[in-house]
Amino acid sequence: MKQLLLGAEAIALGALDAGISGVYAYPGTPSTEITEYIQKHKGAREVPIRSAWSANEKTAYEAALGMSYAGKRALVCMKHVGLNVAADAFINSAITGVNGGLVVAVADDPSMHSSQNEQDSRVYGKFAMVPVVEPASQQELYDASRYAFDLSESVQLPVLLRLTTRLAHSRAGVTCTATRLQNPLNSLYAPERFVLMPHNARRQYNNLLVMQPRLEELSEQSSLNRLVPGKGNMGVLAFGIAFNYVMEVRQACGLDFPILKIGHYPLPKKQIDALFNTCETILVAEEGYPVYEELLRGYFGLQNGKQIKGRLDGTLPRAGELNADSIALALGITKKEVLAIPSIMVNRPPELCKGCGHRDLYEALNTVMSSCKEQHVFSDIGCYTLGALAPYNAIHTCVDMGASITMAKGAADAGLRPAVAVIGDSTFTHSGMTGLLDAINDHSPLTVIIADNDTTAMTGGQNSSANGSKLQAICLGLGVEKEHLRTIIPLKSHLAENIDVLREEINWDGVSVVIAVRECIETAARKKRNPSANA
Amino acid sequence: MQINIILAGVGGQGILTIAAVIDQAALQSGLIVRQAEVHGMSQRGGAVQSHLRIADQEIYSDLIAEGTANLILSVEPLEALRYLPFLASDGRIVTSTDLFINMEGYPAVEHIHAELNRTNRPVLVSAAELARKAGSPRTSNMVMLGAASPFTGLASHELETSIEKLFSAKGDEIVAMNIRAFRTGKALSQHQATAS
Repeated sequence: MKQLLLGAEAIALGALDAGISGVYAYPGTPSTEITEYIQKHKGAREVPIRSAWSANEKTAYEAALGMSYAGKRALVCMKHVGLNVAADAFINSAITGVNGGLVVAVADDPSMHSSQNEQDSRVYGKFAMVPVVEPASQQELYDASRYAFDLSESVQLPVLLRLTTRLAHSRAGVTCTATRLQNPLNSLYAPERFVLMPHNARRQYNNLLVMQPRLEELSEQSSLNRLVPGKGNMGVLAFGIAFNYVMEVRQACGLDFPILKIGHYPLPKKQIDALFNTCETILVAEEGYPVYEELLRGYFGLQNGKQIKGRLDGTLPRAGELNADSIALALGITKKEVLAIPSIMVNRPPELCKGCGHRDLYEALNTVMSSCKEQHVFSDIGCYTLGALAPYNAIHTCVDMGASITMAKGAADAGLRPAVAVIGDSTFTHSGMTGLLDAINDHSPLTVIIADNDTTAMTGGQNSSANGSKLQAICLGLGVEKEHLRTIIPLKSHLAENIDVLREEINWDGVSVVIAVRECIETAARKKRNPSANA
Repeated sequence: MQINIILAGVGGQGILTIAAVIDQAALQSGLIVRQAEVHGMSQRGGAVQSHLRIADQEIYSDLIAEGTANLILSVEPLEALRYLPFLASDGRIVTSTDLFINMEGYPAVEHIHAELNRTNRPVLVSAAELARKAGSPRTSNMVMLGAASPFTGLASHELETSIEKLFSAKGDEIVAMNIRAFRTGKALSQHQATAS
């Protein structure tokens, strides 16, 4: 029987069956379940396959590159914005190339269900000039995940596997194939490739350029790119999961226009030419940015009398996820009347859990800040971001991982007093530590509150890289003065003393760190239910 | 055959447990399943839904198109209304009447009932109360599944087998209690059907 798997899990199983020796990742919705599946997989534990969480996406990517250098296959996973963090390593690994297969699975989040933007990772793939695969179903994810490792080894380049939220978090039956053995240790002594001093980098970059026609040829042959034949002078170029919505409408409405499904980049030019030769009008449906629509339109717009429709001319919405409804509309199918959402409907926004320590922290912080003339609190990415909503309205920024500390520093440098940052334990180790070092070196007066709940809570409670005494040691090591490294316990019963500690440190004109230590109630409950779990 | 189900509720209410039972039963019945769910930020007490599709031929889209859901199965009455544009003209709502109020401006309960009653013969279930009668308030999701079972296109015995599998690790008593809850919900639904 087929296994019912989330798209994310299908990638994980594909990678396991492709013989990976390790997975490296930092949690991030919608990519987290890839790594979690491998961590929980019985076979992977027995072998064993390296799978613990990394401090951030950059450390994850570099470790995976090192494993590849040593000849073994490595998977590295992240959400789209994580690739910004790992971009330096990613782009340069395309210049060095790889040894053992290296696949980077990146989960984009169009419609921003759990993210601060909807950037399209295919742009990064194009930028790095590496092969990109973008499967459209859970079965394709499994097959492509396996295939991507072979491809990576055959072209000696990292391969980007792009998926989006909807596929990552949707289940379907998947059929598996036999597991391939892991590669033996086979370290590559090739300083002319891996030492990216200019003379080597120029040669390697040229090799990458020379490689491009071969990558295009591989796309032409790929089973991820295929034509669904049809009739008429209107055709659809459907990228990734957009193919599913187009097929859904085609089937439901009994239409038979031709569709060219794209799931492997660089673009298969011959197949695209073939579609354009038979059609007058082409609808370009991309899940994400109109990356290839823009390219196909060209600088001068329409060419050869062909009409291109898509996100750029308003045929499809410019932003957000596609679905069968938006595709139907784009194909000129009249929308049937549906029931309306009643006017009594109200939003139900997410909130901090009842009993969560962040609630008590914000209650104390709000009391202290309310007596300050300037009340800006810089914050970060995690459950505590929900403190931006009512009833707390306690934080006023959330931009990218670690930015609370550095933005508070910059504001302090500009003269803002007090400058306060709220950051979680996992986000602090991800990208907060270096910013704190900057503040200490620069004597920028600010108070960093580390909300240490002993876990990466927002993504479902993964281990964080440091908490408790390790966090204290890090702060002291970076140069925080001992008397201005304080610990509080965010509980109702400690409210008065927490207010005092926060007030003292916020009023002090130097760098101070207050660590608010209380375990996430969800993680605690999970441990109680399942004491043996590696929580 | 194709059945489109929207499962609705509030983060933490366990709609994915219901989804898991239906998924398993559909697979056992040799059908094709696609089930899109919500993870991440909105899990924390926010509105959550899952699109569940069952068919005997290939399913392309993970998402249900507007106006094509055969069933909205909600474990909270206001949440049932949030997805009305997805309901097919002959589609049915099966919802718990137990309110979950964790935000400002929650509408008056009579307004919610009035809106529900505008839809095609809604099945309204006092899930918590029936679950208590079945043995534990924690079985309320199985009461809801039972009440919705006539509209899932799946045989009750397949759903019950799936419930057994899902809860088997927790012991026979828990299995029996959940089966009882399922049957209680189903009986209520059948009773309402004959009454109307």
